[in-house]
Amino acid sequence: MNFIALDYADLAIAALLVVLNGALSIALRLGLERQLAIATARMIVQLLLVGVVLTTLFSIVSPTWTALAALAMVLFAGREIMARQERRLKGFWAYGLGTSCMLVAASLVTIFALLTQLQADPWYHPRYTLPLLGMILGNTMTGISLGLDTLTTALVRDRGAIEAQLMLGATRREALLPATRAALRSALMPIVNSMAATGLVSLPGMMTGQILAGVDPVEAVKYQLLIMFLIAGGTALGAITAVIAAGYRLTDARHRLRLDRLGPARDGI
Amino acid sequence: MLSVRDLHRPGLLDASFDLADRECVAVRGPSGAGKSLLLRAIADLDLNDGVVTLDDRSRADMPAPQWRRLVTYVPAEPGWWAETVGGHFPDWSGAASLVDALSLPAASRDWPIARLSTGERQRFALIRALLLRPRVLLLDEPTSGLDPEGAAAVERLVADHLALGNSAIWVTHDAEQAGRVAARSLAVDHGRLTEASR
Repeated sequence: MNFIALDYADLAIAALLVVLNGALSIALRLGLERQLAIATARMIVQLLLVGVVLTTLFSIVSPTWTALAALAMVLFAGREIMARQERRLKGFWAYGLGTSCMLVAASLVTIFALLTQLQADPWYHPRYTLPLLGMILGNTMTGISLGLDTLTTALVRDRGAIEAQLMLGATRREALLPATRAALRSALMPIVNSMAATGLVSLPGMMTGQILAGVDPVEAVKYQLLIMFLIAGGTALGAITAVIAAGYRLTDARHRLRLDRLGPARDGI
Repeated sequence: MLSVRDLHRPGLLDASFDLADRECVAVRGPSGAGKSLLLRAIADLDLNDGVVTLDDRSRADMPAPQWRRLVTYVPAEPGWWAETVGGHFPDWSGAASLVDALSLPAASRDWPIARLSTGERQRFALIRALLLRPRVLLLDEPTSGLDPEGAAAVERLVADHLALGNSAIWVTHDAEQAGRVAARSLAVDHGRLTEASR
């Protein structure tokens, strides 16, 4: 493999483009320069830190530290799911439900890939585990947030229709079916769209990254296909478990709709 | 016979009463007094405590959907889950005689829900509930959107339901209607249920 290494002077020259953005923002009074500066600084610090952390993890190849890094990623992604809900479940469930479904779905799919397709040595080698998990998590997270948000919105909006069915003797499963379907559709739509568009509209980042690193394009494509299949599986698994679990949480064993277990709508989502 | 003992929920203090077969009891009281909360609690639609039995079978001993088919709540503002009237009736032909009895045309099957008046909604919701052949009807101001003839037709249908050995609880603001449909009245005020003298 041969690739062109970058030195910091190269990056500084490229960063001039961001400085140009800032100058534009000041000239046109967009008021974005402060946010732009903070975002750029955050990106630089976060990515440099990740680089250092990954280098360390790759050199020690410890199952414990790899698992801890993976857990930290899941916990951050869980916070992201919670932040994207217009109405959150009350109590621990607001964070716990999405996070635990994501944890199960993403780790199952990642371990599946590590054990069957990749077969690294050792199988938990962080060089494979963490990037794989990261890509699966990012998409599963989006799927679960969309699914939960669509479900809770539909339950609040269609409360009358759902309770009307319950009053006439429908089970909670029957009464929630339309809302559950809508939630799963919106959870799976992004991955379906991105599978359809990939290669034509967009060249996936991981694939282009491998090509830049000197990998044969056909080999890079094979990796990308693997990732897309894993993402599709992880997203579906995570979204289905999260939406069904939330449906159970928002009803009870006496087949009542329990919107009292849902917090108030929040602005600014 | 429906028996309600110490029924309790937020907004409703311990309510106890019996309802015999073929009996209709009127529930009266000011707006916001807890009349709908009482009916919803009997149908087990909200969290509540208390022992409610029908023909000596406790509702706690049967799945809630089965209970609600026996003791069916018809809200004042019914909900709809399909686009058209017909979408709410798995067996429209079975509903035909009731549709006719409430002076609704047979073609109303294709009417979009969005275009129905309050009175039409109330009549379709009553038909929907009657088709389950419940033992007890919990009626929440079922004629508030109807003219006197429409109200009389609803009263006749409920009388037929009672004549089959069933019973009903009828929430109404109208003292005359209460006198026509029920021999007994319960008064609800600030969540407290009392036997009304009359």
